[in-house]
Order: sequence, then structure tokens, then C-alpha cells
Amino acid sequence: MDAMPKWAEVTLVPLISLLLAAILSAIVIFAIGENPWEALKLMVDGALGSTYGWGYTLYYATNFIFTGLAVAIAFHARMFNIGGEGQAALGGLGVALVCLYIPWPHWSLALLGASVGAALFGAAWALIPAFLQAKRGSHIVITTIMFNFIAASLLNYLLIGALKPRGSMEPATGKFPEATHLPSFQDMFSTADTALFRGAPANVSFFVAVAACFLVWLFIWRTRLGYELRAFGHSETAAKYAGISPTKIIMVSMLISGALAGMMAINNVQGEAERLVLNAVEGAGFIGIAVALMGRSHPLGVFIAAILFGFLYQGGAELALWTSIPRELIVVIQALVILFTGALDHMVRSPLEKLFLALRRKPQAEA
Amino acid sequence: MDLVTIIQILDSTLRAATPLLLACLAGLFSERAGIFDIGLEGKMLAAAFMGAAMAYVSGNAWIGLLCGIGASLLLSGVHGLASITFRGNQLISGVAINFLAAGLTVVMAQSWFGQGGRTPQLVEGARFEPVTLPFAEALSGVPVLGPIYADLISGHTILVYIAFACVPLTWWVLYRTRFGLRLRAVGENPAAVDTAGISVVGLRFAAVGICGVLCGIAGVYLATALQAGFVKDMSAGRGFIALAALIFAKWRPWYAMIACLLFGFLQAIPLRPDLLEKFVGMRINGQLLEALPYILTVVILAGFVGKAIPPRAGGEPYVKER
Repeated sequence: MDAMPKWAEVTLVPLISLLLAAILSAIVIFAIGENPWEALKLMVDGALGSTYGWGYTLYYATNFIFTGLAVAIAFHARMFNIGGEGQAALGGLGVALVCLYIPWPHWSLALLGASVGAALFGAAWALIPAFLQAKRGSHIVITTIMFNFIAASLLNYLLIGALKPRGSMEPATGKFPEATHLPSFQDMFSTADTALFRGAPANVSFFVAVAACFLVWLFIWRTRLGYELRAFGHSETAAKYAGISPTKIIMVSMLISGALAGMMAINNVQGEAERLVLNAVEGAGFIGIAVALMGRSHPLGVFIAAILFGFLYQGGAELALWTSIPRELIVVIQALVILFTGALDHMVRSPLEKLFLALRRKPQAEA
Repeated sequence: MDLVTIIQILDSTLRAATPLLLACLAGLFSERAGIFDIGLEGKMLAAAFMGAAMAYVSGNAWIGLLCGIGASLLLSGVHGLASITFRGNQLISGVAINFLAAGLTVVMAQSWFGQGGRTPQLVEGARFEPVTLPFAEALSGVPVLGPIYADLISGHTILVYIAFACVPLTWWVLYRTRFGLRLRAVGENPAAVDTAGISVVGLRFAAVGICGVLCGIAGVYLATALQAGFVKDMSAGRGFIALAALIFAKWRPWYAMIACLLFGFLQAIPLRPDLLEKFVGMRINGQLLEALPYILTVVILAGFVGKAIPPRAGGEPYVKER
């Protein structure tokens, strides 16, 4: 029997971890001479107080849903894909090539094409690390880190070389054609007399992200392959004994993971920038780790955690705008969340387990 | 190519290799004891900031060095707490430490100095100055060997010499002392060490501590010797290159030095594109050189150039049977 009831496992552990991270962040804010309560109010107001704020929060959340799902699905097969950053960068390259060189008649087809391009390029970038892990036993963490750096150099090379339009000084591709423009929330939800989400970058790819959550859930818990993947994650030896091929599972989980990370590019490259710029991912690949840990690798959890991080991101930008608190505070919060939900999991969990065991023992003693 | 340019390039190779070497040896101690550490980068960054900040405030580079090592040790303590005491995932802990350092250094730098996440420029005294070795002046007239001694070997900061002295020292500690034997054993088979009545936890904390000290020196070197002050993200992936060098060297100290010199050389040549072009006869792409250490590591990891086998108990928390 588990030491803790299921609901406590999925809600209490992440919430207490989050609370610990929040307390430490508040101490940091206090230490640099700002009021943590005022800072929180400013963040809530800036990120959730208007449709404009929501537009940014959901835009960031869309990125984090994709990268969070990518890390989560790898976690289920006990793979740690730290290469989301590089895979998302390559996904951006895929989107840029698809949007620039194929004349699309309508944005919906362009979105479909760009999604395929992004997923293919992202998966391709996960292919070599996955293959090396499966066949040669090279540690996936190290190879994916190395591939992040190689991706950065590759994009750097392409954006100051082949992809840069003639005569431009900026390391970026040209603007994508008008037909590939994805409808933003402003286009979709504004009526004639009230403009909602004005100027915010949230766009239709948010719904693609939500669909991806559902599909990942379907895949992990409702398909045979998903079952094999989880079985492999729980016990490699047992899975092997049951006739599950480790090579297949490692390859499948990492390729899907890479594809999901790459898909992020339909939001930030096609949806927002509408061209490929240098360092377009901006660390979203790494935030995926925090999101997956916080969301307990469940698509619903990832969705909620991604919204939370979207809020932190937008709120952090507001803080940097109105106070002396720099934007990097968000990186600190992100680090604390990773630390408490990932590395110090036992520290949070074991007192809770003891508490629940003690609670359970009491009624039995009375009976 | 004449002797002067060769010496110039090798000189910048030494400078670039020093932080890599220190971080690489730091990782070597930790990983040989069975604690994976991908937080080398973060520890260097924290040490660079604290070293520069305290050197600026006190005007003394040595105080900066001590405080930098202190900051790095603090993060080592977090890593030890997470991965040894609470038996958490060492990789995730390392990722968290990297972000913690990347965020906190900028937040603190902004709060203390208000210069957009940097420390002020360090002036003389707050930096480590080049040391001229004895007889360097007198011997510089000797053909070939004179300039090599005077310009290449002499004239670095004390931290460079410390770094290279750490190589034989590490070898000696690991292979010629009782502590080193136990340290290597705890990375291969902690249960055996435990059976022999030696504390696994104690040994691993010692290794993580040594790792913290070496990362601290590496970070302080960046901010007070290589450059004059801390800037945001100044470690610039060096912690990961050091990790790559460690795998390249297959967790052995002398090979680590060779790997770091190689990767240092790769960092040094893009500074002289003209020479490179003349030497190879064609233009070599800067981004390719930038990516080369990482590509080489992947090739090594793929096992095409001999297999890199990490310490056997690496990454696994030790659970005593109850």
C-alpha cells in the first residue's frame, strides 16, 4: 500500500514544494529591498489583470506546454531529455524553412505544414542522442547537453549565412509571407467595439498545445506503446522480460519528446516573431524541466504548471518594468521549483508520508 | 609561422585552458566518488560573481578568492544535501544549481551595484596580476627556450600555476593515498566501502567539497584574472566544456589536462582567424570551431575512439540495506 493517498501525492507534494520555493523567493525579494507582497500583487495584476496580460501569460504557457510535455514523456520512459532547448531551436529552423520556401494558400495549411516541419526537425535533433543511448549506452543527458550547444552554433552559422536575406545586417531570416500569419487571440476574440488581447502574442497554437496535452495523455495511458513505455520506465529488466525492446522504447520516447519540443516553434517562431531570430527559444526548453517536474509528468499537471510558469514569466517582466527587481528573479524561482520538486523530492515527501501513516494508524488503533 | 606567433597562441591556450582544467578536476573528484555533477557551470558562475564582488569591496584579490570558493562550496553543499542526504536525482539537482547561480548572481549584482547585473571594473590589487618567474628576464635572450620560458611559461597569474599544479596533486591524491583509494572505491562499489566500515556519506561529501573548492578557484579566475569583473553568464558554457573534457579524458587526471589544453586551444585559435586561414589554406568557420569540443565529445561518447566508461556507481544514490 502506498504511504500517501493518491490525491495527496498529486496535489500536496507539488504545492508544498511550490510554497517552499515561494518563501525562498520572497526572502530574496525582501533581501534586495523590495516588498514581496507588493511584488506578488504587481505580478498578479500584470499577468492576469487584463486580457493583455493573459495574452502574454498564455503565449508563454504555450511554449512551456510543448517543452514540458517533451520532458514529461521522456520521464515516463526514465529518460532525462535536457536537450529541449536545442530541439526547439531546430524546430524553429523547420518552421522557418516551411514558411519561407513553400507558398501556402491559407494559414491553416501553413500551420499544419509548419507543425510537421517543426516536429520533424525537433525529432531529428533527438535522433542521434537517442540512438547513442539505445545502441552504445552513451548517457542521454550528456549527449543532449552537447547537442544544445551544437544546435546553437548551427543556428548561429545559418542565421549569419545562408538564411539571412541579402543586404540585411541582423542575424535573422526574412519575414514570413503574410499567408502564414497565425490568427492571434486579438484576431479571434475581439469584437467590433471591444478589442481584447490587444497586441498580445497569444495565438491559435495555444489550442494546438492543448490538443497535444490530450494526445499525449491518450498515448501514454490508452495505447499499447504507451503502456510499454511506462513499463520500461518502471523497470527496465521487467520490461525486457516481458518482451519489450529497450531500443524501440528509447527511440520512440526520445523522438516524440524531440518532436514536441520542436513543435514549440509554431508558437514562438510562426505565431509571434514571424521570422527566425537568434536565440529564439530563450530558455523555454529548460523551463520544460521545471514544468514537467511540477506537473508530475501528467499532461494535465503539465498544463497547469505551464500556465503557472507563464504567469511567472509575464509577471516577472512586469516586475522588471516597474521595480528594481531584475527579470532574472524568475530564473531563481524556476531553479527553486526544480530543486524542490525534483532533487529535494524526498525531503518534502518523507515528512508527509510519516504524517499520513500516523493519521492512518490512529483510527485503526481505536477500532 | 614564426616562434612569436606560436608562443602567442599557446599563451592564450593556457589562459583558456585554466578554468576548464580546474572545473574538469573538480568534476573528476565528484564523479570518481559517484556523484554526477552537471552543476559545475553554476558553481563557477557563483564563484565568479562572489569573487569579483568581494575583491571589489575589499580591494584584495585573495579575499575575493576566499569568498568565491565560499559561494561555490555553498552550492556544493546544496548538491550534496540533495543528492547524498536526501538521495535525490543528481542530474536534476545539477540543473537546479545552474539556474540558481544564473539567476541569483544577476539579481544580487543588480541589487548591490546597480550596474545592470555586473560588478564594477576591478582595479589593480583587486585582480590577480601576472607573476614573473625568476630569471625570466635574464633567460629571455637564450634562443628558442628563452622566449618559451619568459613569454609562455612565465607571466601568468598565480591561479594558472595553481591549476596546473593541481594535476599531479590530483593524480597523487587519487592513486597514492588511502583517501584516494576509498574515493575511487565509493564511486565503483559503495556497498563494499560501507562494509569495510568507512562512511560513504562522509567520503562523498568530501569529494563534493573538493569539487566546490576547485570550481570556486575556476570561477574566481574568470572574474579576477582573465577578465576584470563579473558580467552576466560569464562562465559561457565552460562548465559543460569541462564536463566534455572529463569524458574525453575518461575520468583520469593527466588526460584531463591534455583534453583541457586541446579544448583551450580550440577556444584560442578563433581569436586569430588570420593565422588559421593562412595555416589551413582556407577559411574555417568560427561556429564550427565553437561546436568542435561538443562534437568531439559526442564522437567519444559514441565509442568510436575507445569507450568512455563512467564510474560504475555514478548517479546512483547509496541506500544502505535495512
